[in-house]
Amino acid sequence: MTEQIDRALQREYSAGFVSNIESETFAPGLDEDVIRRISAMKNEPEWMLEWRLKAYRGWLEMEEPTWAHVHYPKINYQDISYYSAPKSMKDKPKSLDEVDPELLATYEKLGIPLLEQQMLAGVAVDAVFDSVSVVTTFREKLAEAGVIFCPISEAIEKYPELVKQYLGSVVPQRDNYFAALNCAVFTDGSFVYIPKGTRCPMELSTYFRINEQNTGQFERTLIIAEEGSYVSYLEGCTAPQRDENQLHAAVVELVALDGAEIKYSTVQNWYPGDENGKGGIYNFVTKRGICHNDAKISWTQVETGSAVTWKYPSCILKGDNSIGEFYSVALTRGMQQADTGTKMIHLGKNTRSTIISKGISAGRSNNSYRGLVRMNSSATGARNYTQCDSLLIGDQCGAHTFPYVESRNPSAIVEHEATTSKVSDEQMFLCQQRGLDPEKAVSMIVNGFCKEVFKELPMEFAVEAGKLLEISLEGSVG
Amino acid sequence: MLSIKNLQVRVEDKTILKGLNLEVKPGEVHAIMGPNGSGKSTLGYTLSGRPGYEVEGGSVTIDGADLLELEAEDRARAGLFLAFQYPVEIPGVSNMEFLKAALDAQHKAQDKEPMSSRDFLQAARAACKQVNLPAEFLKRGVNEGFSGGEKKRNEIMQMLMLQPKICILDETDSGLDIDALQVVANGVNSQRSPERSFIVVTHYQRLLDYIKPDFVHVLSDGKIVKSGDSSLALELEQQGYAWLQDQPAPAGEE
Repeated sequence: MTEQIDRALQREYSAGFVSNIESETFAPGLDEDVIRRISAMKNEPEWMLEWRLKAYRGWLEMEEPTWAHVHYPKINYQDISYYSAPKSMKDKPKSLDEVDPELLATYEKLGIPLLEQQMLAGVAVDAVFDSVSVVTTFREKLAEAGVIFCPISEAIEKYPELVKQYLGSVVPQRDNYFAALNCAVFTDGSFVYIPKGTRCPMELSTYFRINEQNTGQFERTLIIAEEGSYVSYLEGCTAPQRDENQLHAAVVELVALDGAEIKYSTVQNWYPGDENGKGGIYNFVTKRGICHNDAKISWTQVETGSAVTWKYPSCILKGDNSIGEFYSVALTRGMQQADTGTKMIHLGKNTRSTIISKGISAGRSNNSYRGLVRMNSSATGARNYTQCDSLLIGDQCGAHTFPYVESRNPSAIVEHEATTSKVSDEQMFLCQQRGLDPEKAVSMIVNGFCKEVFKELPMEFAVEAGKLLEISLEGSVG
Repeated sequence: MLSIKNLQVRVEDKTILKGLNLEVKPGEVHAIMGPNGSGKSTLGYTLSGRPGYEVEGGSVTIDGADLLELEAEDRARAGLFLAFQYPVEIPGVSNMEFLKAALDAQHKAQDKEPMSSRDFLQAARAACKQVNLPAEFLKRGVNEGFSGGEKKRNEIMQMLMLQPKICILDETDSGLDIDALQVVANGVNSQRSPERSFIVVTHYQRLLDYIKPDFVHVLSDGKIVKSGDSSLALELEQQGYAWLQDQPAPAGEE
């Protein structure tokens, strides 16, 4: 039975192709001069350059963290190129007609058509290719509602006051090693601003693609939801299949002002490396949101890619009655390693948080949940519920749970439930006895295990996520 | 239809079936009775292709084709259905989703058009009603939090939907109260037809009051030691199994 499941787990990485696009790429290496060149490429104002340099100087004094339950060879930060952009982007195409067809074809191949008439109705997309944003769709329509959705490099130029006020306000420059690096060298990403009382009329989504060899992707996303506003945002990511590891160190900051709600969903499918652990993306990401009074931030993530994942989307529940949610499915197979979870920091009164984490381990992979729930002394009446389930497929993988609970307020209630289960032979046999092949049986059992998380995803993407898991589990079964 | 000849089966290092013979013709209902450990469940699992049940000798054919060559899912697609004694839970997968996937897989293998969602729903609701399960059970996870009786009725509901050719009921009566027993029996009786055969594995004669078998076989130490009509079940009920231990096997079954 295990053998059947193993076969069912082998698959091709369908997004692993390389696009033949002429790029302008910096030589590998990192120093202040490289940062000045990145800043110059982006025509950034002086204050932005100063901000980057300050972060870089801070980074030089910091140490790479080693506490996560992951192992990888030491990264040489001088071997990485910190900027790469398609040459055709130099003159900033004004419309889709001016965008390199090869770029459009790349996204088309990934199932993300960028021509507005071909797109899913109601979804606006920002497409980030290596270090630059190539297209942002539906901008006019969003502008009618007062919503700003643009590359962050453009926001720095056009909306400097908003960027100055909020950039680094949730994730401080020296928050951690990878965040500091990102502050110094970030290249592009999305900027979202939802005005007071506005419900964003479309789903917003950013699609990240790493194409160039030996480059790192350091994107930066900032979402500001003004009082009483609402936005749902989704990010997706893929990369070519390459033998060497590539670094992806992103920072995402969410600001939910009084009564605002931000729903942030991720479908992460970076190249995971081959069966023996060769190649793949190092996904070291810092994501955090701050909730003011009565605000709500909900993180939903489906993580199936990357060789190593180090990621803890978190909520600072600063305002009274604010709500934080974290729904996660992390699937590891082959030699993948994931150390992922969340932090819920309760500061305000009657703050509530929910954590539902589903880890699926297969092959020789290791999957860890790491979560912190902190009830500060000010968090009177705060509540947390955590449910952490692990599913093991086969007998060579590992599932680990590292929950941290700190409560400094006697009225706060923290609940934690955890289970570990296996796809059992009995379940497989029941499915087969009813006529299902083992492949379909595994994917159905795994999908059922993830149901509580999938139902949190925006509808179109719930289907996508289900399919992604199915593809992840797909293989030839004899 | 189903022809079992000199079947010998090992589980781990123990031989459980030691030369079992059975001919099941279309439309027949065969009851298999016998003491604990005689190999009743092993027969059902072996026929349905459960991993771990090693066939050491003998043959099984279904409509002339070698059954033992087929993967478990292909046996199901060929029309073999096992109602489990202890149905397992599949959390988060709704009964409806599970049944539709199973039905689609079987129809595909039989070159039939997939059932429309509407027809499916209608049939599934009717099947639930027939076994006295509320239609909400279709939305619940497969066997998730079901009581013992509900699980058994759910098995029969699946049988009604899948319309198999050969149904093996593995102690479907165990743990059922008299009402549930009747519901299960009615479900089975409604499916009796000249094309469909049943192998009813049971410990007690009680079920056979409701499902009247054409033949009763007594399994003991991995072999059928006595065969007869439904009166044999009554005899067993009165005398237990002990008197059979010394009986020679019926002619032609060695």
